[in-house]
Amino acid sequence: MSTKNTPPKALIEWPLWEIFVRSKQGLEHKHCGSLHASDAQHALQMARDVYTRRQEGVSIWVLPSNSITASAPDDKGEFFDPASDKIYRHPTFYAIPDEVGHM
Amino acid sequence: MSNLDYVLHLADNAVVLGQRNAEWCGHGPVLEEDIAMANNSLDLIGQARMLYQYAATLKNDGSTEDSLAYFREDKDFKNYTLLELPHHGALVGYAVDNRDYAVTIVRNFLYSAFMALAWEKLQNSKDEHLAAIAAKSLKEVRYHLRHSHDWLIRFGDGTEESNTRAQNALNHLMPYTQEFWTACAYESHAVEAGVGVSTGQIKSDWKTLVGNTLAEAKLKLPSSQGFVTTGKHGAHSEHLSFLLNEMQSLARAHPEGVW
Repeated sequence: MSTKNTPPKALIEWPLWEIFVRSKQGLEHKHCGSLHASDAQHALQMARDVYTRRQEGVSIWVLPSNSITASAPDDKGEFFDPASDKIYRHPTFYAIPDEVGHM
Repeated sequence: MSNLDYVLHLADNAVVLGQRNAEWCGHGPVLEEDIAMANNSLDLIGQARMLYQYAATLKNDGSTEDSLAYFREDKDFKNYTLLELPHHGALVGYAVDNRDYAVTIVRNFLYSAFMALAWEKLQNSKDEHLAAIAAKSLKEVRYHLRHSHDWLIRFGDGTEESNTRAQNALNHLMPYTQEFWTACAYESHAVEAGVGVSTGQIKSDWKTLVGNTLAEAKLKLPSSQGFVTTGKHGAHSEHLSFLLNEMQSLARAHPEGVW
């Protein structure tokens, strides 16, 4: 069995990749899932078969999951809660002049 | 003589390999590869549908894509013998556990390398219908080629085990590719009519493609001598009737069933 410091052999040989798919020209790439693959080209091909077989995409990005630095769940309080009572940060208190039209 | 048999030959190739590869559905070596192989099968079955629909209009006797796929006997099928073989070496049984993904990949590589060249030429067929089917199928088969080519290199240039399996699969399957180049009346007729592709014209390109890939994969090009199979003439190995039995049983149990 693996310990915290030594991941299973399969994870070393086939690490995890995060997959981003652009659904249409001009739109941004959106995260759509992850998969295991041996290298970037391999991940790209597998992503093509797993995530774009129903015409979901026109472009794919893959990147190694371990290159992502994520915020820790324990930090949720200090990271995100302070924003909850700052409604004035939403630009909804401005009267929009009629000439501007629809925004 | 119409080009019906030639169209059926192309259709039977697609449906038989599509059915074979579909055996991996739910049993693939890893999840992503399971889906990739199911995609490959669906591409082939899609090609078969277009070709059978076209064949039915050529036949013009009330045949449909379903009657052509499900109600013809094994001796009527004109697919290459290579495509009906099980996913394992020559001397093991039918057990699912004996399937070897190296056989699957090597066959897909040898066949998609051949069809990538054939569909490319068929885009210029004098038969506009066939040319249109070729244009659509070419994109699909180019991806099948890329997929099987990449895996073949990973297998050949991978571990000792993967190299041995890929080499054994090549040794087993390569002699069956002789059938690509044999003469056949309906094929010659289609070529003379400007409808079909003369496989002799793509032989050297195919050999170069296969040779280069095997060199990159550190695999040895095996002999392709020996018995020349005759599937495209309707004389098949013992494996086709088992495959058809499974594929056709539902349609035959519920003729004209719709769902």
